[in-house]
Amino acid sequence: MRRLIHPALALAACLLAFAGCSESGGDGAVSDRKDQAARGAELIAAKGCGTCHEIPGIDGATGRVGPPLDHMGDRMFIAGMIRNTAENMQVWLTDPQSVVPGNAMPDTGLEADEAEDVAAYLESLR
Amino acid sequence: MMERLWNRKPSIQAPRIVGRLALAPLLALASPAIAASEESTSAPMYYLKTFGPKGDITASLTWGLLAIAAGVSVLMSVLVIVAMFRNGRSSMATPGSPLPIAHPPGGHRWIYLGLALTTLVLIALVIWTMDVLAEIDEPAGEPAFTIEVTGQQWWWEARYVDPDDPSRSFVTANELHIPVGEPVRITLASRDVIHSFWVPALAGKTDVIPGQTNETWLQADREGVYRGQCAEYCGLQHAHMALRIFADAPEAFQAWWDHQLEPADEVPEGSELLAVGERQFRLQCGACHAVRGTLAGGEAGPDLTHLMDRTTIASVTLPNTPGHLSGWIADPQHQKPGTTMPNPDLSGPELNAIRHYLETLD
Repeated sequence: MRRLIHPALALAACLLAFAGCSESGGDGAVSDRKDQAARGAELIAAKGCGTCHEIPGIDGATGRVGPPLDHMGDRMFIAGMIRNTAENMQVWLTDPQSVVPGNAMPDTGLEADEAEDVAAYLESLR
Repeated sequence: MMERLWNRKPSIQAPRIVGRLALAPLLALASPAIAASEESTSAPMYYLKTFGPKGDITASLTWGLLAIAAGVSVLMSVLVIVAMFRNGRSSMATPGSPLPIAHPPGGHRWIYLGLALTTLVLIALVIWTMDVLAEIDEPAGEPAFTIEVTGQQWWWEARYVDPDDPSRSFVTANELHIPVGEPVRITLASRDVIHSFWVPALAGKTDVIPGQTNETWLQADREGVYRGQCAEYCGLQHAHMALRIFADAPEAFQAWWDHQLEPADEVPEGSELLAVGERQFRLQCGACHAVRGTLAGGEAGPDLTHLMDRTTIASVTLPNTPGHLSGWIADPQHQKPGTTMPNPDLSGPELNAIRHYLETLD
């Protein structure tokens, strides 16, 4: 009796399937988002966010001045004031005083595209 | 699975390392002077590559001693191995009878020769070492000015003294500027325990001892930033007691000195935020920190009159950015546990106002 599928063929199919899996990581939008998050992580370290916040994945980010930012991508509010959306996060990062006047968070001098990168990293914290 | 990958650190750091490697030769071409700077080297505390006459001559001695020590080790090893094989043929003693004592002729010659050679080499090394010590004791020319450095837990105060004009003295902290190519005299005192002043790329260590004033000098022959470090364990934050030496072109150095003499700019009329910041700073911080030209005149902590001229805060522990500055003011005990700076009792708006005020101190 002939086999329906030759074992070597099955193996090749499996390998192809795995290759497909790993390639899906290189999918345009997702890898852009990853690049953004990676740049965001560098900015977070350079701007000293970790001096006040505990931030997963950032070296030395153990601050106790402000709230910890773990699960930031899943949180509902920013600063207890505005909904946690990508746009709102960018506003909060570039001009925190406009959201809650007088609050302790400084304007760390992020450009608009930099704020987008930082927001992408924070959004990735699930 | 995807998100796991996303959160992993190596994937984040890899592009940065590649970027640095690619940029390094470009940077080196663009500005050779930067090559000496602390930022461009991965080993700022490396002491075998030096950038001033004092370090250069000491580094040569270090290499020389190392070479001689290595040579002696090799020579002795070879002699021991040769001796083992030369005497290998002597017969085994029979049990109960003593070993025959051999007096091969010429054996003493080796000892006399060895002693003489060792003595000559050691005397030569003592002379070389003394010569280097004499050489680095005083600079070739008389230094134009003195920096009076006071080490204390855990930072460095620096008072610049112009011998010809006392009115041109000022105080700063942790970041010392010197003119490139000129020797600068440094006196060292301590306010508490023993510290040690060490800028490895420029000179060896000089201890900082309470109750006495030690003296040393520095000269950098290349523009750049050199890292210094307390080199005598002095308590909890010893490792965070660093300093930076900026070797500037003479005109830039002069401009820096002139600027340091100026008092802080007055808070502009009509800026309520800055007025609040100035008042809060005076009330909360002014007992320890001075801002010349205001009522804040404390001497226990660093003078902050030109804080924004500095690249770092907390004795080179953190970069001087608004983010790091905020976190440091709000919670210094977390950044540098045990530091003499207490956590201040500030509200969010007060912290915000003080930080805004500090950002005007350029």
